[in-house]
Amino acid sequence: MFAYYLDLALRSLKRNKLLTALMIVAIGFGVAASMITYSVFRAVSGNPIPDKSAQLFTPQIDSWGPQQSFNGDGEPPQALDYTDAMALMHAHAAKRQTLIYPVQMTVMPGGDRSLPINAYGIAAYGDFFPMFEVPFQYGRGWSGTEDQARAAVVVLSEAFNRKLFGGADSLGHEVNLGGHTYRVVGVIRHWNPQPRFYALFGGSDFGQPADFYMPFTRALDLHIGTAGNNSCRGKQTARGWDDYLQSNCVWINPWVELDTPAEVARYRNFLEGYAVEQQRAGRFNWPPNVRLRDVTQWLAYMHVVPPESRIALMVSLGFFVICLVNTVGLLLAKFMRRAGEIGVRRALGASRREIYFQFLIEAATVGLAGGLLGLLLTAVGVSGVGLLFEPQIARLAHVDLSLIALTLGVAIAATVIAAFYPTWRAAHVQPAWHLRTN
Amino acid sequence: MAKRSLAALLENKVRPKNSMMELQPILSTLRRHKVILWLLMLEIALICAIVCNGVFLVAQRMQHMNMPSGIAEHELVQIQQAPIAPPPDRYARAREDLATLRQIPGVLAVGMSNQVPFGGSSSNGNVMLSPTQPHQTLSAAEYFGENLVQTLGLHLVAGRALRPDEYVDADVVIKALADGSDKGFPMPMLVSQALATRLWPQQNPLGKLVWLTPKASFRVVGVVATLARANAYRTATAQYSMIIPLHMGADKDQSYLLRTRPQDRQRVLAAAVAALRRIDPARVITHTRTYDQIRSDYFRDDHAMAGILVSVIAAVLLVTGLGIVGLASFWVAQRRKQIGIRRALGATRADILHYFQTENFLIVTFGIVLGMVLAYGLSLWLMAHYELPRLPLSYLPIGAIALWLIGQIAVLGPALRASHVPPVVATRSV
Repeated sequence: MFAYYLDLALRSLKRNKLLTALMIVAIGFGVAASMITYSVFRAVSGNPIPDKSAQLFTPQIDSWGPQQSFNGDGEPPQALDYTDAMALMHAHAAKRQTLIYPVQMTVMPGGDRSLPINAYGIAAYGDFFPMFEVPFQYGRGWSGTEDQARAAVVVLSEAFNRKLFGGADSLGHEVNLGGHTYRVVGVIRHWNPQPRFYALFGGSDFGQPADFYMPFTRALDLHIGTAGNNSCRGKQTARGWDDYLQSNCVWINPWVELDTPAEVARYRNFLEGYAVEQQRAGRFNWPPNVRLRDVTQWLAYMHVVPPESRIALMVSLGFFVICLVNTVGLLLAKFMRRAGEIGVRRALGASRREIYFQFLIEAATVGLAGGLLGLLLTAVGVSGVGLLFEPQIARLAHVDLSLIALTLGVAIAATVIAAFYPTWRAAHVQPAWHLRTN
Repeated sequence: MAKRSLAALLENKVRPKNSMMELQPILSTLRRHKVILWLLMLEIALICAIVCNGVFLVAQRMQHMNMPSGIAEHELVQIQQAPIAPPPDRYARAREDLATLRQIPGVLAVGMSNQVPFGGSSSNGNVMLSPTQPHQTLSAAEYFGENLVQTLGLHLVAGRALRPDEYVDADVVIKALADGSDKGFPMPMLVSQALATRLWPQQNPLGKLVWLTPKASFRVVGVVATLARANAYRTATAQYSMIIPLHMGADKDQSYLLRTRPQDRQRVLAAAVAALRRIDPARVITHTRTYDQIRSDYFRDDHAMAGILVSVIAAVLLVTGLGIVGLASFWVAQRRKQIGIRRALGATRADILHYFQTENFLIVTFGIVLGMVLAYGLSLWLMAHYELPRLPLSYLPIGAIALWLIGQIAVLGPALRASHVPPVVATRSV
């Protein structure tokens, strides 16, 4: 029966090519516009670390006071100053914890390279690697002992290892960064969660992975300043590195791992307690103002998803709705024109159910054709996204199996839904009436 | 004879009514096709809402993208570098680099800056109008560096430019401030017209003082017409800028700016990089770009947004136009017999044509009325969620005219076909 209805549908669609083409174009355009903008939206709003986003938290402590808040909204600064950051590390109130800041260094000539190259890195504590589930190709990260020892070790990214060592196992080799040598202890496999939630304060939200990772303690010893944001309040008195560390300038991204709600509550208490202590000691002249946001909350708070992508998605969805309304009208026209034919079928014994079935199959055929056109347009559109959006974002938007399935699924489902009313009308054609007039 | 006069009588009876009274039969027909009518109206209303707001969003983006920078955009190139290790004397290194760059043929002016308009990475200061003020008055961009007015091609509207002898090494100022001394202050500074107007409305800004910290005071000696910030998030504050005579020395946060004729830019850029490498072969040049690239990078997302919106709006209008063609064709085909009867009763081809045109006009008008309400509602919702201004009312009549036009163009073909239905159809049974 299905094959027969399919055959009927194809015959019917062939009979009025203009109407059929109009419906297919409308659905194709509508679904393509929605899918192109959705692929961009999906790329920028995805969860960068889905299986751990609820266990990773970034603590915020108000070291500036409510009068000096970033946007005048009473929120604590978006990063920590050195004093608070070190206090959190020393208290060790979480299972795992790290401080992060981006660095920019020059890799000195070596091997067959005659020119120095510029490299971007991350200075962090060793917990960084297990916390963020960084996959290793060779070796491992560094341990807490090496953090303590302020060891001159480095972990390279896969791409950077290829650049420096041709992709070979480089463990134990030395790299000269900014005039100091570091021993390679690990090479990580491609790892670049987007957005780069772990270091939002300082650097682009969407970007290339870091070239190398080095111990935070070692970077401090060498007086390496942040390559990211640095924000200060009030009188600037920093004369040298030590003064800078004691200042209220914020530049450090802190992260802690807390596995259970109880641990989260305990850590929240600890933060409150720390702020109270600072107030009592006279360092803060305001009541405790702390935050503990997990990855999802942090991305939302930092407005990482560009509003453009959301508005574009909504406009496209609106367009899709218009296309569907259009399709309802055209299907109605198409089905009602065949009232006579329906009358004959009904008179010959076809039940309403069968009429429903026949016309919904016809609609689904139109939806499939529209979906295929939409898929073609989506593929063209997504490859054109690079012409429009930042290359960092464009790289993320791509056609994959789930997008293909979604495009076809949405097109067919939407068309079938749009066909409900026209089909209902078709099924309620009075056979006697139509037979008589003929 | 009798037959003829009957026809004439009929014609006379129908004729005078045509021009004015045709609305009545159209409305009663529409009442009998409520569903199609509502679908078309709903479609027109949605289009009205989306297209009015969409065009407005595009206009907003265009306005944002065309934000003036105040500088000679097509004549500038930028070079950014990262020294491997800080040079022994970064001020001397900067002087040497600048002197070398000045020698390159085709270079009209050479400068150095900690930021450029729309460059992204910014440096801002908290401006106060008195040293004891508890909170800042506002935040404004701090431009430090060499020879900025001439290199950037800024337009001075009052006062004078900064003199070379007014420049001070940044370290000297930082040390003085750290020691709590106000020696050397107030320093001279330039401000943008927008900042001057905001701080001292209706007053002469020349000679006025501002404080960036309780000790660091600055006296306005000149006003430039326009100088945009590096991070122009909000249109209202995008033009608040100050230029302060500080030597910053060569380091990774500073960039060299070269002004040249537009056609020489690539050649000058290549020559400049080569010249800098000759001075210090081990230095790393991190960025070289023309100012046009800087601007287009900064506004890329706005460009993307405008591009997507324009294509969606074009697609909406196309799909709708085609949809109206389809429905009108269906409608004409369904009513062939009625059209034949009307023709037989004396209606002219023009009458039939006008009938369908009027019908379309009525439906589109109903849709527009509903659409205006929707458009306005959507605008209010966008305002609440995305810091967008209210949709100007002038967009509504423009949107209405556009929809009427599209409706009329789309219905023309089917209506013409209808007008060619011969009266003889009336005598056939389907």
